[in-house]
Amino acid sequence: MKQILNLSGVTKRFGDLIANDAISLTLGEGEVLALLGENGAGKTTLMNILFGHYMADEGYVEVFGKRLPPGQPEAALEAGVGMVHQHFSLADNLSVLENVTLGTEPLWSWRQDVKSAREKLAVLSRDFGLVVDPDARVVDLSVGERQRVEILKALYREAKILILDEPTAVLTPQESDKLFDTLRSLIDKGMSIIFISHKLHEILRVSDRIAVLRRGKVVAETDTANADRASLAEAMVGRTVHDPKGRPMSPGDTVFELADVSITSNQEIGALSNVNLALRKHEILGLAGVSGNGQQALAALISGQAKPDEGSMTLFGETLNNPTPAGMVHAGIGRIPEDRNSVGVIGEMTVRENMISECRRDHPQSHFGLFNAAAISKKSDQLIEKYDIRCQGAEEETRLLSGGNVQKLILARVLDANPAIILANQPVRGLDVGAIAYVHGKLLEARERGAGILLISEDLDELLALSDRIVVIYHGRLSKPMDTANVTARDIGLIMSGQTEAA
Amino acid sequence: MRLEPRQSIPMWMVLSAPIMAIVTALAVCAGLVMWAGEPVLEAYWLLIKGAVGTRFALTETLTRATPMILTGLAAAVAFRAKLWNIGGEGQFYVGALMATWLGSGMVVMPPWLMIPFLLVTGALAGGVLLLIPAILKNKLKVDEVVTTLLLNFIVLLFVNFLLEGPLKDPMSMGWPQSASIIDEGVLPGIVSKSRLHMGFFVAIGAAVIAWAIMRFTVWGYEIRAVGFNAAAAAFSGIGVNRTIVLTALLSGGLAGIAGVGEVAGTKGYLTLDLSPGFGYAGIAVAMLAALHPLAVIASAVFLAGIYVGADSMSRAINVPTYIADVIVATCVLAVLVSLMLTRFRVRLK
Amino acid sequence: MDVFEILLTAGFWAATLRIATPLIFGTLGELVCERAGVLNLGIEGIMTMGAMCGWMWVYMGGDLVSGVLFAAFVGALFGLLHSIFAVYLGLSQHVAGIGITMLASSLSYFVFRMLLPNATTPPKIEAFQNVAIPILSDLPFFGPALFNQTPMTYAAFVSVIVVWYVLYRTPLGLAVRMVGENPLAAEAQGINVLAVRSGAVIFGSALMSVGGAFLTMSAFDAFFFGMINGRGWICVALVIFSSWNPGKALFGALLFAGIDAWQVRVQQLPGVNIPYQFFLMAPYVLSILAMVVVSRKALYPKALLVPFRRGERT
Repeated sequence: MKQILNLSGVTKRFGDLIANDAISLTLGEGEVLALLGENGAGKTTLMNILFGHYMADEGYVEVFGKRLPPGQPEAALEAGVGMVHQHFSLADNLSVLENVTLGTEPLWSWRQDVKSAREKLAVLSRDFGLVVDPDARVVDLSVGERQRVEILKALYREAKILILDEPTAVLTPQESDKLFDTLRSLIDKGMSIIFISHKLHEILRVSDRIAVLRRGKVVAETDTANADRASLAEAMVGRTVHDPKGRPMSPGDTVFELADVSITSNQEIGALSNVNLALRKHEILGLAGVSGNGQQALAALISGQAKPDEGSMTLFGETLNNPTPAGMVHAGIGRIPEDRNSVGVIGEMTVRENMISECRRDHPQSHFGLFNAAAISKKSDQLIEKYDIRCQGAEEETRLLSGGNVQKLILARVLDANPAIILANQPVRGLDVGAIAYVHGKLLEARERGAGILLISEDLDELLALSDRIVVIYHGRLSKPMDTANVTARDIGLIMSGQTEAA
Repeated sequence: MRLEPRQSIPMWMVLSAPIMAIVTALAVCAGLVMWAGEPVLEAYWLLIKGAVGTRFALTETLTRATPMILTGLAAAVAFRAKLWNIGGEGQFYVGALMATWLGSGMVVMPPWLMIPFLLVTGALAGGVLLLIPAILKNKLKVDEVVTTLLLNFIVLLFVNFLLEGPLKDPMSMGWPQSASIIDEGVLPGIVSKSRLHMGFFVAIGAAVIAWAIMRFTVWGYEIRAVGFNAAAAAFSGIGVNRTIVLTALLSGGLAGIAGVGEVAGTKGYLTLDLSPGFGYAGIAVAMLAALHPLAVIASAVFLAGIYVGADSMSRAINVPTYIADVIVATCVLAVLVSLMLTRFRVRLK
Repeated sequence: MDVFEILLTAGFWAATLRIATPLIFGTLGELVCERAGVLNLGIEGIMTMGAMCGWMWVYMGGDLVSGVLFAAFVGALFGLLHSIFAVYLGLSQHVAGIGITMLASSLSYFVFRMLLPNATTPPKIEAFQNVAIPILSDLPFFGPALFNQTPMTYAAFVSVIVVWYVLYRTPLGLAVRMVGENPLAAEAQGINVLAVRSGAVIFGSALMSVGGAFLTMSAFDAFFFGMINGRGWICVALVIFSSWNPGKALFGALLFAGIDAWQVRVQQLPGVNIPYQFFLMAPYVLSILAMVVVSRKALYPKALLVPFRRGERT
């Protein structure tokens, strides 16, 4: 098979961290190469180097026999490389056509050839079954449609090599199926694909060859036909890590309830329609759903950042009339936010300062507005040790901590207050397997102690493994809760895409 | 060329940043001196002498530094919360206005009451003025840079109107100025045969208090948190709007006190040119001090020295006094770069 | 004549176009910068510098047109300086801009004083004269009102069309808008984000500078301290008011200038007892009101104020 892509000895460092360590990989014509690895293994970094967003410290990239000048996406594009980024690289306020045609005509030309651009886009849409309205603004598109635009961008530029970075992270199982069909037809038409994922079952299904990355190195390479699931999983993680399982518990009383809650007014966070939700002691309730169906609104409600337009929120039987973040914290609601780095902590502040961000006005941290430095030091040192937060001391700036340690900080802050309810919003997104196991363990511990937990996640496997019951959110409405033991991912997927009403 | 964030910032680097900036600014402006046809070293020597060379020069520098410490504090506190208060000039003048209105005969109290009274009312006036853009920012998302700036022009016109009308001193022979502050309200001098007055101690005291607030209180924490990341601050329960309002009152208040000091301490009455740009200079002071309240004192004295020294220099040789403004402006830009260099390493690749 | 009859005089409309000219240039210039994602608070200083440079060129013997080009060039230089700080080094756009305003203003006063150490009244230059557009200027009312302006005013209107066309109908304009919305997406399409951003800032600053030059070369014939008088800040407000759209920017500048022209005439009506300072406050108060009206729903370019650093871990 002809080798059309060759990565040779690629090394990339960020400060002390070696993200890619002398990686060498090849891609054959017409093949699907899967890059398997847990979060933080270096897959995205490698692809960013290939595409030109980053420059490697050592090594080079060859496409169709020609070496690519480093750090120039335009060179990669010209050589026929296209990339579907994990977080779509689209401008929300511009139209689909504008996003696709950007950079395809020389910057110094005085006119845009809009007519032929439209035609070309229409032909591609038809041929590959990727239907989008070219004049729609990206902000109005669904997640699946946005991904189609990303793929169309690459096809419009006549890409021969397509990189897909965690493409199914935000899709329902049914949409993932459709994506795989699209990939098949792309291969039939001559495309070669690099498919990045941490999901074993997808990779086994869709790829011809698999390369496993761990801590920046290629640790295994195999043909998919000969691949063995267990050894791949072990190669990916390097050791056997047991994701903890909760022991069966009977749920206690309802602690928190949303009754007939609707949110219509706030365009930013989305809408909710007649939502009924109950969180019970000793129970993890999983919330499944494609991003953009109202999870943000729900999370904002529980975090105290939004008020219901209709309906009521009650905690321990008392209606919460004027919810504020501070109020929710003091009422006993622990919140693990979706975006740990931009909302969960303040990167420029120290670990110590972030640890007390929610309890700063309470005794013993402060009296009459004056901080008690000794009490704060004591508490934060204790928590750093208890939660094994790896940092260069409590005075280190939080932005320098790894994702896993930032999440541990947030967990420490939340769990130390012994909350009755916990909102865990995408708690393990972007974390490596060890950190994932740790977070899950802590959530299960909290459940043992009596907390009621709402777990919002885009990973169906996680939801099925951890939750006692699952609800699905679709267009701002909740399905009835289902016992986890009685549902499969397929069932949930159907409800997530609105194809069946929940029972 | 790439910028790589540093893992840790050594203290010597943080301290040397302003020094490097000053050296760069002086070097760049040496070019201007040469263009003026004057010898560079002599020019700078005259500048230094004019700033601190004689007893009188030193007291002049400190007198000039007094309002600059206060407007510098105003900018530093506000900028920490990312409240871009460029309206120090207007807040200065409303503080001065308040002192003039209340202090030129309307209210008479013994000095130990009168002076604090004037300071507090002036601070309130300045704080309330900044409250307008702050509330517009909170409730209506109006960008405060433009509103604070525009208010400066509005306030100045208003002062102009008052000085030509209701507040005009009948004994000033047609010149637009206000009546004088009564004796009970005048800030006493602290060094004989100089213009240095008690306002200097007020300024130092304000700097220490501002530092204590930022370092030891929850309020200071909240100001910094809002400045770094308002979304995260809101999530952790900090009332962002409330913090901005309080910061505005504090910042505007400090600038207002600067105005009171100039009217009741340095000049004695209100004129339209009471401030040669103290409000704007305060921004330079704050930047050079890296927004640290105690460093503001040193920064203000330094920049005041530049202005006083340049005045004196321009009387001796043929270099326009505007060179002081050029030096200050270059300092602002240079310190921005040098502060960045403490946080990032430059990689040439 | 009463307060509203002023609006029916040709002189009023001619004055409106004149007053609007620097606002049009300044607002267009700031609009281009902000569309690319960069706030340029150096506008007040750059306009001052443009005013001084244009005047100085003519004073030293140059002709008017090359004087305008010289002012544009100097404005572009300050734009380059701002883009080094704000785009390449990714520093605080607020502070860099204010620093540039301070630097450009003080430098222009310094240079002016160097050239004229002893002048008490600013010396005048031979400024642009009105050029009547043939045929159109003979129309009743509209002729003297609209078609008898200096060349720079006509140039301002042409600039609006040019900026609109480039921004919405050319690949370069699309690239500029994209880097202001999502720079990473632009980079993924092969655009050199830093180059496009600084190009926009440089071009925008040149426009601003021309706006300043209008004041000395067309309106006042001389340079004096403080002549920009906050027009730069008003332009920043107008950009928000115009939703970053060149056509609306023109409308905003004309509306604004109209109110200003009207206010000047109202002051002189007999029986008007309001002190003149309050009339002079009108432009600033109006700008604040304009911002209050639009800010809540304003659709800022998404990447405005966000520095783009290549190769940062996303």
